Amino acid sequence: MEWDHNMKVLVAVKHVVDYNIKPRVKQDGSDVDIAGVKMGINPFDEIAVEEAVRLKERGIATEVVAVTIGKANSQDTLRHALAMGADRVVLVETDADLQPLGVAKLLKAVVEREQPRLIILGKQAIDDDLGQTGQMLAALINAGQGTFASVIEVKGDEIEVTREIDGGTDVVALKLPAVVTTDLRLNEPRFIKLPAMMMAKKKPIDNIKAADLGIDIAPRLKQLKVADPEPRKPGIKVANVAELVENLRLAEVL
Amino acid sequence: MSILILAEHDGKHIKQSTRQAVTAAGAWQLPVHVLVTGSNSAVLAKEASEIAGVAKVLHADAAHFEHPLAEDVAALLVQLGADYKVILSAHTAFSKSVLPRVAALLDVAMISDAVSITAPATYVRPIYAGNVLSTVESSDAIQVVTIRATSFAAAANGANAEVTAVNAPVSAGLSRWIKEDKTVSDRPELSSARVVVSGGRSLAERFNELLEPLAHRFGGALGATRAAVDAGFAPNDIQVGQTGTIVAPELYFAIGISGAMQHLAGMKDSKIIVAINHDPDAPIFQHADYGLVANLFDAVPELTAALSK
Ligand SMILES: Cc1cc2nc3c(=O)[nH]c(=O)nc-3n(C[C@H](O)[C@H](O)[C@H](O)COP(=O)(O)OP(=O)(O)OC[C@H]3O[C@@H](n4cnc5c(N)ncnc54)[C@H](O)[C@@H]3O)c2cc1C
Ligand SMILES: Nc1ncnc2c1ncn2[C@@H]1O[C@H](COP(=O)(O)O)[C@@H](O)[C@H]1O
Repeated sequence: MEWDHNMKVLVAVKHVVDYNIKPRVKQDGSDVDIAGVKMGINPFDEIAVEEAVRLKERGIATEVVAVTIGKANSQDTLRHALAMGADRVVLVETDADLQPLGVAKLLKAVVEREQPRLIILGKQAIDDDLGQTGQMLAALINAGQGTFASVIEVKGDEIEVTREIDGGTDVVALKLPAVVTTDLRLNEPRFIKLPAMMMAKKKPIDNIKAADLGIDIAPRLKQLKVADPEPRKPGIKVANVAELVENLRLAEVL
Repeated sequence: MSILILAEHDGKHIKQSTRQAVTAAGAWQLPVHVLVTGSNSAVLAKEASEIAGVAKVLHADAAHFEHPLAEDVAALLVQLGADYKVILSAHTAFSKSVLPRVAALLDVAMISDAVSITAPATYVRPIYAGNVLSTVESSDAIQVVTIRATSFAAAANGANAEVTAVNAPVSAGLSRWIKEDKTVSDRPELSSARVVVSGGRSLAERFNELLEPLAHRFGGALGATRAAVDAGFAPNDIQVGQTGTIVAPELYFAIGISGAMQHLAGMKDSKIIVAINHDPDAPIFQHADYGLVANLFDAVPELTAALSK
């Protein structure tokens, strides 16, 4: 039987500013001000947890482990993963300024410890909008990668991934262990009910200090400043279609 | 030291975004080399060699590059990359898959989606759905960068660069290409179209029926919100926004679109924005040059008819 051996799934989840919030730039322009701002699980990572839990519910995955790297308050995002159905969670704790290469190196250490067959990440964190970590992790562990997944299917010792790419979709098969990054259409995450959240609060969190792993995660990019983008010049309301057409004609775009 | 650009093509032509990357590379004032991968792709290497500003084309022609896999292209770039100061490409699905892999293997950071470059190593890039612009400086010896294509003009033809064959390493066999399903259409590519007609979920089953004639009138491309795609009214590859395609056409129609910041992130650099929405308080109107408060089911056919006269 194919599923007799370990089919552990590791999911990487990031604690980010809630997607509904428009962040403000600090007065001195040094960074974004996120003090006291509502935070939660990165939406793509919520999709990743959902997919892992569904694999377990279908009897394909044997265990779902969620990991986050960050400050102590990232625990909230791990609790979210537990409430959705993750079996275990790991916090790699650090107050350091994290960038994808450093995160990928720490995740590699977790992969070596946990030995998962499948690793699922989000395609992009909605705070830094970088979209790098999954591919970097795949490179560091010499695994295949299925980016922007909209459908995944485990088939023996491979996983088939349908990817959302420019101009349509494609399908690749990856040898397991492999790395998958989620796109929006992979699934619709379940709604968490209060009892599940209460249960999640009682579960233990495995805490590793990043510093104890002896990995160089010093940032390679230095943020020099942040700024608001230039606002568009205000527009006008037109009364009807004829007036719209007239304005477009004057703007010479017809 | 030179700059290496990873070219992208559709099997027939080099993509416009590669030409935009060539323009972006101008920031360094260093020789620009372009890597073309493919199978039976001599024509494409030739096309790349004609782009003004290109000093040399590296041509990796191999059977396994007929459908280039990220793992294999990354291995090739790592083999070549150590000799370069910058490895550059546009922020497309292909390069987003390949370049982070290259950066990790070279043990350097990567700069994604740069909208401006100050040589040798300072970049401006949008964060938080384009609500903030971050200026970053890299300390790495090799810079791995993707650029936001719409922020740079496309380099025209005007060179006759030398084409050199390079050997690709054999496929690592980590992944296998199975198939692809590309939308066939005679409309221009969304990311570089002069006019984009986008619709939201309220168009429902009438999405194509209402928007296609308007797009056709301009020879433009269709776009959609995430909500319209999620609901199955539009295909995934036309989602415009923070997590979809970024566009900056001369003329953008936002039809039945509320104007969520994730959508604005993908279109707010358009030159002229037209919004049609029946809710006068819809946020999209704050970003539109011309706003029409109307029922789109009446206004769009009326507009298409008026423009066809
Ligand atoms: C992680 C994440 C990533 C996302 N990425 C993207 C992205 O890349 N791109 C994107 O677009 N969204 C994205 N979203 C979703 C985004 O937040 C909004 O939900 C989405 O853009 C809304 O789409 P909509 O405007 O079609 O729908 P709604 O917000 O529901 O708006 C519908 C609009 O249609 C108008 N309307 C209804 N009927 C009519 C009528 N008859 N005539 C005229 N007007 C009418 C209404 O007044 C309303 O303004 C993302 C969300 C998340 C959480
Ligand atoms: N600090 C982190 N902890 C856990 N996972 C992370 C972290 N940062 C990024 N990731 C994962 O990597 C994905 C892509 O992030 P990024 O490359 O920053 O856009 C996210 O969706 C997460 O799955």
